[in-house]
Amino acid sequence: MKLCIKNGRIIDPSQGLDAVTDLFIEDEKVVSIGDLPDGFVADETVDATGLWVIPGLVDLGVALREPGFTQKGSIASETRAAVSGGVTTLVCSPDTHPIVDTPAVAALIQDKALMAAQANVFPLGALTQGLKGKALSNMVSLTEAGCVALSNHRHPLENTKVLSRALEYAATHELLVVFHPNEESLSDGGCAHEGVMSITHGLAGIPDIAETVALARDLILVERTGVKAHFARLSSAKSIEMIADARASGLDVTADVALHNLLLTDQVLNAFDGHYHVLPPLRSEDDRLTLIEGIKSGAISAICSDHQPHEKMAKVAPFAATEPGMANIEVLLPLALRLVDDGMIDLNVVLACLTIGPASCFGIDAGSLSKGSFADFFLFDSTLHWTWSVNERRTKGHNSPFFGDEMVGKVKATYVSGNQVM
Amino acid sequence: MMQSEPRALQLNEQGQLKHFLTLDGLDKTILTEILDRADSFLSMGEQSVKKVPLLRGKTVVNLFFENSTRTRTTFELAAKRLSADVINLDIATSATSKGESLLDTLKNLEAMQSDMFVVRHGDSGAAHFIAEHCTPNVAIINAGDGRHAHPTQAMLDMLTIRRHKGPFEGLKVAIVGDILHSRVARSQIHALTTLGVEEIRLVGPKTLVPDLFEDTGVTICHELQAGLTDVDVIVMLRLQKERMQGALLPSESEFYRLYGLTAETMAWAKPDAIVMHPGPINRGVEIASEVADGPHSVILNQVTNGIAVRMAVMSMAMSGQVQSREYAESKASEMALGEEI
Repeated sequence: MKLCIKNGRIIDPSQGLDAVTDLFIEDEKVVSIGDLPDGFVADETVDATGLWVIPGLVDLGVALREPGFTQKGSIASETRAAVSGGVTTLVCSPDTHPIVDTPAVAALIQDKALMAAQANVFPLGALTQGLKGKALSNMVSLTEAGCVALSNHRHPLENTKVLSRALEYAATHELLVVFHPNEESLSDGGCAHEGVMSITHGLAGIPDIAETVALARDLILVERTGVKAHFARLSSAKSIEMIADARASGLDVTADVALHNLLLTDQVLNAFDGHYHVLPPLRSEDDRLTLIEGIKSGAISAICSDHQPHEKMAKVAPFAATEPGMANIEVLLPLALRLVDDGMIDLNVVLACLTIGPASCFGIDAGSLSKGSFADFFLFDSTLHWTWSVNERRTKGHNSPFFGDEMVGKVKATYVSGNQVM
Repeated sequence: MMQSEPRALQLNEQGQLKHFLTLDGLDKTILTEILDRADSFLSMGEQSVKKVPLLRGKTVVNLFFENSTRTRTTFELAAKRLSADVINLDIATSATSKGESLLDTLKNLEAMQSDMFVVRHGDSGAAHFIAEHCTPNVAIINAGDGRHAHPTQAMLDMLTIRRHKGPFEGLKVAIVGDILHSRVARSQIHALTTLGVEEIRLVGPKTLVPDLFEDTGVTICHELQAGLTDVDVIVMLRLQKERMQGALLPSESEFYRLYGLTAETMAWAKPDAIVMHPGPINRGVEIASEVADGPHSVILNQVTNGIAVRMAVMSMAMSGQVQSREYAESKASEMALGEEI
């Protein structure tokens, strides 16, 4: 199968490319950009005039909910939602039921993803058995079964010794460990950023030190053990400074933030709307601006959706009693482009953090349209104004505060390994 | 998807009260109207027939998801004095404990065609949630939600202050103790600020009075003397013993030594200062008996005033509901007429 995407504006931060030209694909891979390869006769030609051609987005934070929580989402539904948002590669969390702590569960997820034939799915394996934080999981077996990294997700470890040993073991085998820094004793019972809004509205606060105290400990252990580390969903200004300092001192660590932490602050909690209940919480404007600075300076390599689909009733309760999380993967790029429209971040930087940035963090071969890369990409109409409706969503999740919002820009078609999936 | 702000949700098209969820955003005119109306109800308790027909034929349901004898009783009494039929539901030990969601419980109660829910719940924002999801014809009165608000308690405190100290302008008020967990204090801050007191001081250690409160325009004092000097009103809050297990305080005795209101520490306040407490009192923990029962104490007046304030709020909310319904009906008939023409 030979495919030619003609006259699109190809924007590929991995190559520093932003030009109106043609993309040539043979079988699964990109064979050329701009120059017609010798003897290339397209089986299909797509006119992309006026559209952007962008490498498939790589999302490091997605809950697929399957196995175990299919009332919230399934591998089929959430990967379908992913590709409709231009996400062609995603990393899914290990907090399923059963938990991804055996090769069988990792294999099951990948098999179901293959059957769904939508986005590429890389599971995270549990760092400890049952995510209970006591006994180490079979880390090597999990990575051999396709897990791209190991994480205890948002679950606490029993003590620092267990964490230290888990990191030593992972370092022995050069496995990547993903941290969600959170000192449980400081965040326990909280549902909102500890600030003026939580104080005045009587919501139990989660202080930023719940994140930074844990991050400080984790960075010390990473330095001592030499483990490869990625810090996920950072939310506070101080965390960004700490990551920047660690990277400047030569520590090989990377980090990501959730898109909603770049767009929103705790000021939206005024109406007690549980759709804004997320973990880590929406923080202050100072935190938000520092996260954005972290993106611009390169301290933060990736922006992710932190897609957490929920059934409707999960959010129909008083704020603290709602389940945390938003489901925005379908509108990841239109929402991210709000940062560009506001003049906060350059288009190329935003796209880098959604493509090659996250792919590089996890060593995944994705996020680029360079010659020889997998032909994962999407066509995007950047001028289209449309309204995201709960009735037209692809995710099973009912939980987005952005339903009903006008979006600017829409994915028109998505290709994975050269095959159109949306 | 965005929910309504509480302040917007509780006013009808004419700007009148139809729910009573929080004092945040309510203006001085409405607060003064509540106080004036409560004043007019106060004398009723002394009459042989203690009823007015303002809620005759209406059904008021006390929905208490948290236990409270005092608040529930005063709400019940207030509703009965307004001639309403009253049902008390102890939700904490019924449907929700069998796994029913709050929304399902609500819908069942709605189906019983009640006119007003008086709600106490352990989650901040619960009353707002119920007002948002309930049929618009039912008035919701917040009887305390989590740490968020206890607006009728704050208003009965305002009535007590006004009756003893006159106009609010120029008054200095100290609120002492566990501010962090207090919905009463949060509502009092809104009320006192709106009614124009000169200064509000929050007094206690940093574990109970976080510096973040400064953004609400109050003064924070970590020493009792600084907090009480020259104040007109002292509001002592209950020190919730269960909270002390969370390493918030070393001991009750040390708290009493540093922040307890005694005859000696009272002397820092103005000579005619009044002492209030939302109850129940922990004698010897936050307040000495000689002060709680002494000449400056207006604690029992607060209880009496509570009935009048709750009558005022319930009658105003019901009136706002009726007007809102009439407004909707007249709009609908206008539209129907327009279509006919």
